[in-house]
Amino acid sequence: MLDDKDRIFRNLYGQGDFGLEGARSRGSWDGTKAILEKGREAIVAEVKASGLRGRGGAGFPTGVKWSFMPKAVGDRPHYLVVNADESEPGTCKDREIMRNDPHLLIEGCLIAGRAMDCRSGYIYVRGEFIRERQRLQAAIDQAYEAKLLGKGNVHGYDFDLYVHHGAGAYICGEEMALLESLEGKKGQPRLKPPFPANMGLYGCPTTVNNVESIAVIPDIMRRGGAWFAGIGRPNNPGTKLFCISGHVERPCTVEDAMGVPLRELIETHCGGVRGGWGNLLAVIPGGSSMPLIPAHQCDELKMDFDGCLALKSSLGTAAVIVMDKSTDIIRAMARISYFYRHESCGQCTPCREGMGWMWRMLTRMAEGRAQKREIDMLFEVTKQIEGHTICAFGDGAAWPVQGLLRHFRPEIERRIDEYTRNADRHDRVPVAAE
Amino acid sequence: MANRRLAPPNLQPKDFAFTAENAVWAKQQIAKYPEGRQQSAIIPLLWRAQEQNGGWLPEAAIRHVGEMLGMAHIRALEVATFYTMFLLEPCGKKAHVQVCGTTPCMLRGAEAIFDVCKARIHHDPMHVSADGDFSWEEVECLGACVNAPMVLIWDDTYEDLTAESFEKVLDGFAKGQPVKPGPQIDRQLSAPAGGATTLKSVKV
Repeated sequence: MLDDKDRIFRNLYGQGDFGLEGARSRGSWDGTKAILEKGREAIVAEVKASGLRGRGGAGFPTGVKWSFMPKAVGDRPHYLVVNADESEPGTCKDREIMRNDPHLLIEGCLIAGRAMDCRSGYIYVRGEFIRERQRLQAAIDQAYEAKLLGKGNVHGYDFDLYVHHGAGAYICGEEMALLESLEGKKGQPRLKPPFPANMGLYGCPTTVNNVESIAVIPDIMRRGGAWFAGIGRPNNPGTKLFCISGHVERPCTVEDAMGVPLRELIETHCGGVRGGWGNLLAVIPGGSSMPLIPAHQCDELKMDFDGCLALKSSLGTAAVIVMDKSTDIIRAMARISYFYRHESCGQCTPCREGMGWMWRMLTRMAEGRAQKREIDMLFEVTKQIEGHTICAFGDGAAWPVQGLLRHFRPEIERRIDEYTRNADRHDRVPVAAE
Repeated sequence: MANRRLAPPNLQPKDFAFTAENAVWAKQQIAKYPEGRQQSAIIPLLWRAQEQNGGWLPEAAIRHVGEMLGMAHIRALEVATFYTMFLLEPCGKKAHVQVCGTTPCMLRGAEAIFDVCKARIHHDPMHVSADGDFSWEEVECLGACVNAPMVLIWDDTYEDLTAESFEKVLDGFAKGQPVKPGPQIDRQLSAPAGGATTLKSVKV
């Protein structure tokens, strides 16, 4: 298990003060000026050296992303946008950062802003996080008051930080939709290219980062990229917030090293799977968009990007949804399909129509009211959606269904057989048609 | 995709204007964005309009906000109908309960919460109870999955619910004395019940 001295989120559960004083006692805002004075290249180089991969799901190296921004500020200002639209089912890590340790994020924004020559930043918080954004705003107000942010601050680098919020659209977690929403429009993703580093917010160079990616930056700068890179396995370094929900004894959010074995993670922090490890049916390792992993593969699962990839899934946001043998797996996945049907922005036809199609088929399959050839048809539908939409929403909705079909096809067939057998039974009670 | 329509004309108030206090607040919000980009403020402003109007957003408010920001009415309407946290129809006066029904909550027993809503408030979502005090709806993931099942009422979440503790939450709103928000079991926010397994050596 990760040692306490290597933890970045030291007030994860709100045991201490969320405010400036508490944050300072935990080491925030210490020597920030010296970090900023290292200059743009040095900060980016340090973040690259840390090997930090984006914590929002895709796992793109953060330092590399930052280096895509134009080298000099032209006639368009640069923007930093923080994606706090945490809506992936299973994921609730950014919430803890914003309400319990917001200064980690604020200081991270200032450093990231310096690293990309941004003079202002926006934090886009999902609409449902009302108390969280109030906390964040309160912390930003404190930072302004202490002259840590704003014009003429003590760090000698003018930087303004604003909190913006959404109003309940999952799709706004997609960076292009987020920018549209921030501009005051419907959150419908734009085509890429042009990428936000060239044409982002208000047509200006913009970088969009996840809350957790930004919140770990001050610690990386203070302790050095090598420290961060030394935790976990190569190519998957650092610490990570894991949210373990579902059928465990004690669900929780916890910070641990990347690459921690799933079983150790669940048994150390959550008191194990309900009914014991043998009662495990499947896990979704990284939020609802990722394919599930059946129990027999879970013994060897290491919780990092490459570990999940080896089992044809992905770490995503590291939101582990645990399902024990009492779970109706088809219904559980049908509910995820319902989620995507509800949240599709409606812009691309394969997604808008395909989501409803997948949900309806899965709902019938959960009852067994389907033909076996429809299983292949459903797979075909997911393939027609995947890769044929403007943004990755379509992929994220297709993958969990593909995961279900890959691992639980016999269960779907069994249910269809059972339904058919019941229909053919001689002793069935006739019911008059309505 | 959610299919959302404005409330029928007989429910729509004739006009809407921000209170003086809210108008000042709105100006501060608009100032957060660069000049000429005031449209960015539409979501916060609509949100405040909804709060001022008792929890739902009438057509007049959408028009008012759109005009304030120099937007075409249709652009403001697009935003109001796209984002599902804008309630386009009247809701309960004392509490509008948003119950998370997505898989992580479903696995932890959100069904029982729905049963309470159906029995106590109204059989159907988005229908105001007979006394006009309560309404409920099923929403998609609210982002408190390790504290499932949970509901959002106004600004606060009530987490780690059972049918019994959820009844108590509703009782609290009925009496006008809401219970303490957050986990309804003995638990420090998102730490494991029974005490954190980490951060024990960190002094607060």
